[in-house]
Amino acid sequence: MCKTDAPQVDEGTRVLKEVTFKILRYNPETDKAPSVKSYTVPVIKGMTVLDGLHWIKENVDSTLAWRSSCRMGVCGSCAMFINGLPRLACNNQIVHLDSDVINIKPLPNYDIIRDLVPDLEGFFQKHRSVKPYLIRKDVEELESPTGEYFQSPEELTNYIQFAYCIKCGLCLAACPTVATDDKYLGPQALAQAWRYIADTRDDGSKEREEEIFSGHGAWRCHFAGACSEVCPKGVDPAFAIQLLKQDIFMKKLRLRKEKSVAQLAPKIEKWERNPNIPNAPEPTVK
Amino acid sequence: MKESTLWVWHIIAGVVIFVLLGIHMFIMHLDDILVALGIGYHDPISASSVFARSKQAFYMVTYIVLLGAALYHGLYGLRNILFELSLPKAGEKIVNWLFALGGLALFVYGTYVAIAIFTSV
Repeated sequence: MCKTDAPQVDEGTRVLKEVTFKILRYNPETDKAPSVKSYTVPVIKGMTVLDGLHWIKENVDSTLAWRSSCRMGVCGSCAMFINGLPRLACNNQIVHLDSDVINIKPLPNYDIIRDLVPDLEGFFQKHRSVKPYLIRKDVEELESPTGEYFQSPEELTNYIQFAYCIKCGLCLAACPTVATDDKYLGPQALAQAWRYIADTRDDGSKEREEEIFSGHGAWRCHFAGACSEVCPKGVDPAFAIQLLKQDIFMKKLRLRKEKSVAQLAPKIEKWERNPNIPNAPEPTVK
Repeated sequence: MKESTLWVWHIIAGVVIFVLLGIHMFIMHLDDILVALGIGYHDPISASSVFARSKQAFYMVTYIVLLGAALYHGLYGLRNILFELSLPKAGEKIVNWLFALGGLALFVYGTYVAIAIFTSV
């Protein structure tokens, strides 16, 4: 067990308890295989697992490696396997895990670069393969926009939840199909494919079909739902994949037509200023 | 898009199995109810009952359709399980051809048996 005689917390800060962080360590330059190392960490109110890792690095073992950035659950960098589930380290307070032992491993279903750092290259490559951007036939308008495409609030709600994906990779870590089939596109890429197919501004469902509905695409999803369970942003990728399947199934049976693509919103030719709205103040710097 | 077509047929075959296998199970195991309704045989699994049914066009067609649906549904499902074991591309092609040809051979043989009984004296 690794401890230090240095001051562990700021003077006056109340330590709630001490927990043991058991972390799977691996340095490919020096280690033949991963091994578990234990650290005793004092827990204060509001301390997240990420705070615990920072404490270890600052007070005990500076060689510990992991990815993190925003520390507020919006960047997706600190995804790791914590007490049996893929989670964001910054999004989980230690006391809420309700255990005196915090087992931390790198995300499953990924190769390890070092310690808690997974290799995300395959993950991003799968994402790129579904063409996660608006595809339209009016290329000139895309490159030199003259206006905006009209989209109603109802059309927006059809896909907006799937746009909340922060590419943290937790869903692929939880997916049992990814665990056995490394060519399977995975819930993140498939959910993003649906995000764009469902977007009325997009006209690229045909371009994406070959990749999405290949032998290792959407049809390999068994609807375990583990991806949705671990998603920290409520994207519900399992739902997106079922909508994807339903869409192509209905189109194959000719029970659903291709959606009509959003057109440029008409320009407002005649308008009058509302007299009740005051003018903006004049700039103070000319 | 071919994979989507295969999947749609997989679903359709599943529905067909649900209906025809349901009828098959009903005939095989709920014969008392069918006899009471005047449309069944006692002891439906006896050789004479099986033969009598097989000589009727309705059952011959039903058996052939059920055979095709069950073979397709089962073999496509098994093929998907094998695909999820991360086979190399060549392996996937071999599995596809093996299952397609094997399934076709079994379907042809089963259809021959059904027609042979139907047309027998």
